[in-house]
Amino acid sequence: MANESWHHATRALQLLGIDPALGGICIRARSGPVRARLTAMITPNARRLHPAISDEALFGGLDLAATLASGQMTREKGLLETPGMLVLAMAERATTGLAARLAVALDRGAEHSLIALDEGAEPDECLNPKLAERLAFHVDLSNCALQDTTDTPPTSAINSCDVIVPADLIDQVTNIACTLGIDSMRAPLFALRAARANAALSGRTQITAEDVEIACALTFAHRATRVPEPQTQDQEPPAPPPDQNDTNTGPEDNLDLPDELLLEAVRAMLPDNLLEQLAAQKARAGRGNGTGAARKGNRRGRPLPSRAGRISDGARIDIIGTLRAAAPWQTIRRNATGRDGLHIRPADIRIKRFEEKSDRLLIFTVDASGSSALSRLAEAKGAVELLLAQAYARRDHVALVAFRGTQAELLLPPTRSLVQTKRRLAALPGGGGTPLAAGMVTAFEQAVQATRRGMTPTIAILTDGRANIALDGRADRKQAAIDAQHIARVLRANGTDTIVIDTGNRPEPALRNLAQTLDAAYLPLPRADAERLSKSVAAALGD
Amino acid sequence: MQPFPFSAIVGQEEMKQAMILTAIDASIGGVLVFGDRGTGKSTAVRALAALLPPIKAIKGCPVNSASAKDVPDWAGLSTKRAHNMPTPVVDLPLGATEDRVTGALDIEKALTKGEKAFQPGLLARANRGYLYIDEVNLLEDHIVDLLLDVAQSGENVVEREGLSIRHPARFVLVGSGNPEEGELRPQLLDRFGLSVEVASPKDVATRVDVIKRRDAFENDNAAFMLRWQAEDAAIRERILTARTALGKLKTSDKTLTDVAELCLALGSDGLRGELTLLKAARAYAAWRDDTALTRAHVKAVAPMALRHRLRRDPLDEAGSGTRVARTVEEVLG
Repeated sequence: MANESWHHATRALQLLGIDPALGGICIRARSGPVRARLTAMITPNARRLHPAISDEALFGGLDLAATLASGQMTREKGLLETPGMLVLAMAERATTGLAARLAVALDRGAEHSLIALDEGAEPDECLNPKLAERLAFHVDLSNCALQDTTDTPPTSAINSCDVIVPADLIDQVTNIACTLGIDSMRAPLFALRAARANAALSGRTQITAEDVEIACALTFAHRATRVPEPQTQDQEPPAPPPDQNDTNTGPEDNLDLPDELLLEAVRAMLPDNLLEQLAAQKARAGRGNGTGAARKGNRRGRPLPSRAGRISDGARIDIIGTLRAAAPWQTIRRNATGRDGLHIRPADIRIKRFEEKSDRLLIFTVDASGSSALSRLAEAKGAVELLLAQAYARRDHVALVAFRGTQAELLLPPTRSLVQTKRRLAALPGGGGTPLAAGMVTAFEQAVQATRRGMTPTIAILTDGRANIALDGRADRKQAAIDAQHIARVLRANGTDTIVIDTGNRPEPALRNLAQTLDAAYLPLPRADAERLSKSVAAALGD
Repeated sequence: MQPFPFSAIVGQEEMKQAMILTAIDASIGGVLVFGDRGTGKSTAVRALAALLPPIKAIKGCPVNSASAKDVPDWAGLSTKRAHNMPTPVVDLPLGATEDRVTGALDIEKALTKGEKAFQPGLLARANRGYLYIDEVNLLEDHIVDLLLDVAQSGENVVEREGLSIRHPARFVLVGSGNPEEGELRPQLLDRFGLSVEVASPKDVATRVDVIKRRDAFENDNAAFMLRWQAEDAAIRERILTARTALGKLKTSDKTLTDVAELCLALGSDGLRGELTLLKAARAYAAWRDDTALTRAHVKAVAPMALRHRLRRDPLDEAGSGTRVARTVEEVLG
């Protein structure tokens, strides 16, 4: 298997060399001798990019030094201006913005191809899907040892345009993509191209079964969203015979390759933990990793390109940027004022900008119903207090929502004040029904508002899970459960992080279900102390 | 390489219809295409250029002026002759700087001759044409602000120590994006006349067709283009016919009431919704070669004209497209 992945990686590189329109390869491997050996095979004139590369480096711009020295406009060439191969190191850290820029460059056809070196450690730490979509191949070398690596034998490649594609191949490739649950139309196109390139690689003008097999394996395996059934009998009968007569592309055009065989080839490449990976991918849209979302500011964080602006409190001047902005005007200003020296006007001022992680907001949604009050309300309060202390240490914001009787109530809007939160919490009385759905709606509203204000909300629901009041305030156990599930789906669709803490005397299956719908961490709290609860929440938050 | 021909795009009828409508009546105000990866968003938008009939403009004019008196002084044109040019479709790349969008000081002239001259930007080139933004939801905030301002006033103003330039910048915004990657501000959403949501085709036959055509486009380009450019030309003719028919189209008060009632029921913000819906319905009627505007036309274009103008209801799981369709059924029956 490991050896296989090395073989696939080198083959993918060769195919890309033949047909740059394949887009590129995503190589997932930590930096090391194996990867070094593979990257040594990339053409030496490939240009390297890094995730924090500036637009100026990509697209080019005015070369100020040369312009001033020569008195003539000199442009600096951007990396994307000359066609060729690009290598993106630490590709998992590429931002959506960079991915979009590179994607546009790749869309221009065969001009550019990209080799993305993905060093992600976690399953959800990977190349931006926008970019991955435009690269035909994906190879994972993390299980490949140095002893598995081999040199590739030299080949006698021909031009891939000369390769003839049998007509039924298109149908076949599209069918397989469907079977594997691949939605994008780029995948079957890449498979066709790869099959063509593979035939060209071995100097044939006819596509053989082996070409198709390896092409499908290389392009489909990582895109599959479904594991095909081991035996697809119903697929077999309507295969080649009827179509075969229409295609008269050549004498040896008997591409007797049942879909079955191709699927088998792809299945061999499917990672063992496909389903887990899919779950991770799905969760990525909504799940946080403990830090807040990115936000722009002018004080702290990762530097961004500077912008025109006024000197104001807290803003920092980008001196180089300011000088660059002022430079072209120097001749004009000197002529106008008759004064020598450097002329800098307010309009030239450039302000530094930074991107920082936004603040996190913890929304505690506490069940204060009669059933809860009897059993665990005091404990839940204790747990929230401990969490508050942690939140304080992390400078998180906290909001408090309580639900009991027929409705939910926002006891405390987002605040950093620990004392206030504690006081409100202590004064929280218990009793009445359990309007779980109403509580979730109120928490959700807070979450949406917080997102708008640039915070990253996390909702912690503490309940014993026996919802018995529907959204409209009626006491209807069945409807209440339906409502809660409905809101849970909305919350999940919105991508809000959630934690469900079961405060019942014994774990409640309905609540576990709810947590699944929410894609939330579920923490039953059977007779635990507050300390343990706070620890488990902290762990779930990913600290 | 020439873009993929518009008529060769398989399926995606709503998206194609929206593009045609905006080509018939530019005052509808552009199209926003939202959808998943690999559904042909960018392909369709880039193909739009080939559908647009040529415009008459002064040769060499940086803002594509229609008549000699409109040519700005700073252009420094000595001869002003009109010629036919393709409708401009200008790409606004994500990395574009403010200077490149609005235009700025001509650095070469400033440095070598000490002259203040204006170098027009993308907005000037897009005047009387289309401005296309791929991944519009990833556009930097300050560029969005700038676009909103110019799209509102139809004029681009550059003021900087003695360099004071105003030039017309009336353009139709065409954008595409993937909603998973970021939302669009409602203010910018509102500037798009029509919006469509695209998804990959679900049946195998259509998908095979897509691949076959794309494959032919890439490997047998000459023959493929010959075949489909003829089809594109036919659509272009039909657009021109529809443009002239637009003026003769009758609009009854009953249809106006329909439009108003629909927008009221949906609670769309402002009157822009009503106006766009009416214009789109008229363009659709003209495209269909009908002589009078009827309820059927309004119903057909209501989703694309109104979908993006609704207040977002976070508790509604179904997209706003379904909401519009539901209300259309309720109001217009």
